[in-house]
Amino acid sequence: MTGAGPDDPEVAAALRSVPPSHAAGVLRRGLAVLGLGIREEPGIFAVATVGSAVFGAATVAEAWAVGQITQRVVVPAFQTGHVTTGTLAAAAAVLLGIGVVKALGVVARRLGAGVMQYRLNARYRRRVTRQYLRLPLSWHHAHPTGRLLSNANADVEAMWFPVAPLPMAVGTLVMLLVAAVAMLAADVVLAIVGFVVFPALFAVNVWYQRRLSPLATAQQQLRAEVSGAAHESFEGALVVKTLGREAAETTRFRGVSDQLRDVGVRVGRVRGLFDPMLEALPTVGVLAVLVIGAYQVQAGLTDVGAVVQVSYLFTILAFPVRSIGWVLGELPRSVVGWERVAAVLEATGGLAYGAAAPASTMPARLETSGVGYAYAAGRPVLHGVDLVVEPGRTVALVGPTGSGKSTLVSLLVRLVDPAEGAVRLDGTDLRELSPGAVAGSVALVAQSTFLFDDTVRGNVTLGAALPDAEVWAALRLARAEGFVAALPHGLDTRIGERGTSLSGGQRQRLALARALVRRPRLLVLDDATSAVDPSVETAILGGLQEAELPATVVVVAYRRSAISLADEVVVVDGGRVVDRGSHEELLARSAAYRDIVTAYEREAAERAALAADESGEPR
Amino acid sequence: MSAAISTTADRSAWGTLRRGVRLTPEFLIGARVTLGLALVATVGRVITPIAVQQATDRGLQGSGGVDANVVAVVALVALGAVLVTALAAYATNVRLFRAAETGLSALRVRAFRHVHDLSVLTQSAERRGSLVARVTTDVDTISQFMQWAGMLAVVSAGQLVVATALLAWYSWQLALTVWVVFLPLFLTLRTLQRRVSGAYAGVRERLGELLGAVSESVVGATTVRAYAVEGRTQQRIDIAIDRHRRQATRAQALVAGSFSVGGLAAGIANAAVVVVGVRLGVAGQLSIGQLLAVLFLVPLFVQPVQVGTEVLNELQNAAAGWRRVLGVLDTEPDVADPGPAGTALPRGPIDVRFAGVSYGYPGGPRVLADVDVTIAPRSRVAVVGETGSGKTTFVKLLTRLMDPATGQVLVDGVDLREVRFASLRERVVMVPQDGYLFDDTLAENVRYGRPDATDAQLRLAFTELGLADWIDRLPAGLHSPVGQRGESLSAGERQLAALARAYLADPDLLVLDEATSAVDPATEVRIARALEGLTRGRTSVTVAHRLSTAEAADEVLVFDRGRLVERGRHADLVARDGVYARLHASWSRQRGQA
Repeated sequence: MTGAGPDDPEVAAALRSVPPSHAAGVLRRGLAVLGLGIREEPGIFAVATVGSAVFGAATVAEAWAVGQITQRVVVPAFQTGHVTTGTLAAAAAVLLGIGVVKALGVVARRLGAGVMQYRLNARYRRRVTRQYLRLPLSWHHAHPTGRLLSNANADVEAMWFPVAPLPMAVGTLVMLLVAAVAMLAADVVLAIVGFVVFPALFAVNVWYQRRLSPLATAQQQLRAEVSGAAHESFEGALVVKTLGREAAETTRFRGVSDQLRDVGVRVGRVRGLFDPMLEALPTVGVLAVLVIGAYQVQAGLTDVGAVVQVSYLFTILAFPVRSIGWVLGELPRSVVGWERVAAVLEATGGLAYGAAAPASTMPARLETSGVGYAYAAGRPVLHGVDLVVEPGRTVALVGPTGSGKSTLVSLLVRLVDPAEGAVRLDGTDLRELSPGAVAGSVALVAQSTFLFDDTVRGNVTLGAALPDAEVWAALRLARAEGFVAALPHGLDTRIGERGTSLSGGQRQRLALARALVRRPRLLVLDDATSAVDPSVETAILGGLQEAELPATVVVVAYRRSAISLADEVVVVDGGRVVDRGSHEELLARSAAYRDIVTAYEREAAERAALAADESGEPR
Repeated sequence: MSAAISTTADRSAWGTLRRGVRLTPEFLIGARVTLGLALVATVGRVITPIAVQQATDRGLQGSGGVDANVVAVVALVALGAVLVTALAAYATNVRLFRAAETGLSALRVRAFRHVHDLSVLTQSAERRGSLVARVTTDVDTISQFMQWAGMLAVVSAGQLVVATALLAWYSWQLALTVWVVFLPLFLTLRTLQRRVSGAYAGVRERLGELLGAVSESVVGATTVRAYAVEGRTQQRIDIAIDRHRRQATRAQALVAGSFSVGGLAAGIANAAVVVVGVRLGVAGQLSIGQLLAVLFLVPLFVQPVQVGTEVLNELQNAAAGWRRVLGVLDTEPDVADPGPAGTALPRGPIDVRFAGVSYGYPGGPRVLADVDVTIAPRSRVAVVGETGSGKTTFVKLLTRLMDPATGQVLVDGVDLREVRFASLRERVVMVPQDGYLFDDTLAENVRYGRPDATDAQLRLAFTELGLADWIDRLPAGLHSPVGQRGESLSAGERQLAALARAYLADPDLLVLDEATSAVDPATEVRIARALEGLTRGRTSVTVAHRLSTAEAADEVLVFDRGRLVERGRHADLVARDGVYARLHASWSRQRGQA
């Protein structure tokens, strides 16, 4: 796997290049993000900027040409009453040529900016998702799904949004420079008017950004809130419906939606003022040039051509100057996007691997010694767990919720590493095994089932080249053969997000087949048949036993049917192994164990007693 | 009728837009005045050309030589015009934003409400994320058009008309010249835009794939890790990222091409204007000022061409967004509230009768056939059967989450379809398998059952259900936050909260879909105790996954392959050696009692 995260030198350099929020303002940090983008895509940025500069220069040249043609062709022609075809053709050719150059410049600028933006998006999406695949599960658990999805999507996009108008803005700066020179060449006094108007345009831009950026941030935040409110409400749709709370939910939603509306209206006020100011300023400039120019011409200090040229410049520059505003305007959003993306890229703590290869092809021997683990400092959920599972044995982990069973399971398959102690497979510490070695020997069927947006086959094999016969055999063992055969395209039926939907029990059975098809030497079932019908569950677990898999099995179970299949039962409570033995032994000697496995019986008895109580009462 | 959300893709972009705006009149608040102001603002764009022409012909090139004072007067008048039009533009923008934001919010809320009004079947036929998109991002795509593109279209059209009029007034020959150059562009705008929007549709599709691929690395993190398929997952993501990038670039190339054409046309038009204009001038039909004014007017044609594809694009985007939102609004809830015209049921013991009820999912086979059954008031009924036997369908019909295909479900003798929702939901409450909790405190979640309940009443409810000790053990008691989807609580504790919520709602008929997920024994006992308290004195129908529930019931309804095959008390059914006896035997085995 290629590098990602702060260990990757490129990523590390990127993370260093933008100053932290306490060290610099939004503008500086936003420009730093842009600088980063330019450093990462210098070639295409150069193409786009040159295109933009060419366009800018051609735009100025157009004004100059219009002025020159007025002075040298139009005025003499109108005054003398005749013109040569050659002169006219030359004038036309100049204007036409400038048009072509402008068109080429636009293509280079727009396409170049797009390519740059999309490349950067793609690169940072790759980096972010590499982190997702690299970072430990504890990190995943600490970050909500929606947030991680938007990090890879909306935040990356927001981060590079100002890249789109960037070449045009840089080009416009060049154009302003050229224009300044052109104006100075045409007439110094008229140029001074320009030097007043353009800084004024810039000032309006800055004012606009200052006013808009907090509003834009609020808008973004509220958009997320609206989306969150809708998401939560729709997820609980059944509860909303069955309790008849549609109106109340709508009122709640209207609250956030109207807040978003109000911010939008405020944005409208700022933007509404900005646009007319940007349009009016150049016009005012043109009028000033005309008046001052007229007095200059009257005094014989300049000619009509110069006046025309400078005023034409004002007209055509008014629009591109806005691109500077677009870049500045997107900077706050870009910085927010950067912060959220950087938080992912900065995260450390991937698992380190050794080089050891797994030992045997026989059932594995599993051993934990002094294993401890804590999700949060100071609040350990496992302490000093010593456990040995001999090859080929089936061990049931039994204990109340929160006792640490699932944590222990995640250590056994190395989803996380123990804080203290070690987990060994055939005597080798899991941390010393080479990448993929644990997964090659151990298969976990987790409590909640995840299916990929893929075919049934893809979900079982996960890309491994396995013959269909083996897939079917695994499905048979997981009691999934029947419903898979009944699917419209059998193994090729698409399931998951965009495919056929399956019931919880069916999903669990596919997950089980996914584990079995790999012929694991250690099979770990974390309450993996909870959504399966009890009768089917019995059949599955019975089938596993009859198949005499060459595997050691660890099963987290509540139901007695599952427990009774184990050779040995390990009772976990409060993060410790409190007892172990055969089901019968434990029943006889452990009160805690009796408590757990007789829950069903006690429940039934309790109900019967309550029913008896009630039978005396009038109904 | 299908359960899916309807598609209105067949309607044209304009048609969709018109219908969308008709459904959300908030968008049109004060539209006439806004349009008037926008037209005044448009006039601002021709101030410069007119001022230049007037200043040149009367001042700079006047008959009596250069007269700067005339130029100054012209400039002052123009300045006034600039101020007026700028104010008009400001007012236009503010009004536009206000109307657009008001309309968007109204639309969001309307669509949101409609999603909740849709039947369970329709809701579950659509992905959750897609439903959310329909009230958020799809509405947002409309905002772009409503805020600026729509008005820009109007203003651009106005600009073309004003500029053409002015041009024709100066010289009809030059007006013709300019139009000859630009007309082909305007005519190809539609075709070009269609290709552009096709390209962007492709971008959106690729983005969907991209998000799907990324979500596998997030939602499926455990599985990816446990099976060491990081490489494969990354590869799938990389492919999706790259496909998205390539498609976006393709779309951008089209846009760049179409945009550059506008600039090219301006060059051609300028050249043509100079050639034709000078010839006209030589012939004495045009003044220098007029020719200059025409040159200043040409850029006014470029902008509509350049923004034309963008505006049309936004139109298409907005239409696409509208279509998806309208898709929701146009989907008739197949389980509809009869509203005030419906019957309100008086409170009190409830009796239920199924009369010849059959049901099949749209386009699917019958899952329930010819069910005739009466449930006596205050009886405790357990519904059992294997997966696919029809037991869940039975309770969905009973709670009117669905309507029967044939036959009637009668509550207190009234057809459910005639009962007002407000009354129905008050009297009949269902506790689904997964007791969904909102990201709020436990108290607020339970209060969901009865919004006006005080904390004391909440506490009392927990006490009456025998759950006081549980509440006391929670870190912040009643006010403990439950986390996203209630995930700070265990599955069993979520069920407890759901039961308390139902208890507080105090229905006359309680329908329970027993949870199958494993729960630790202490919680299991609490749930049993709470259920006991909850069902006491009410009619209750429970989809039973546990043997004990069926054993304790007054009556057991046994479903098999869509039919009600047996009914009676547990003991009688066991003795009968039928479907129930078989289920019971399997349960017992599983319990380790065989």
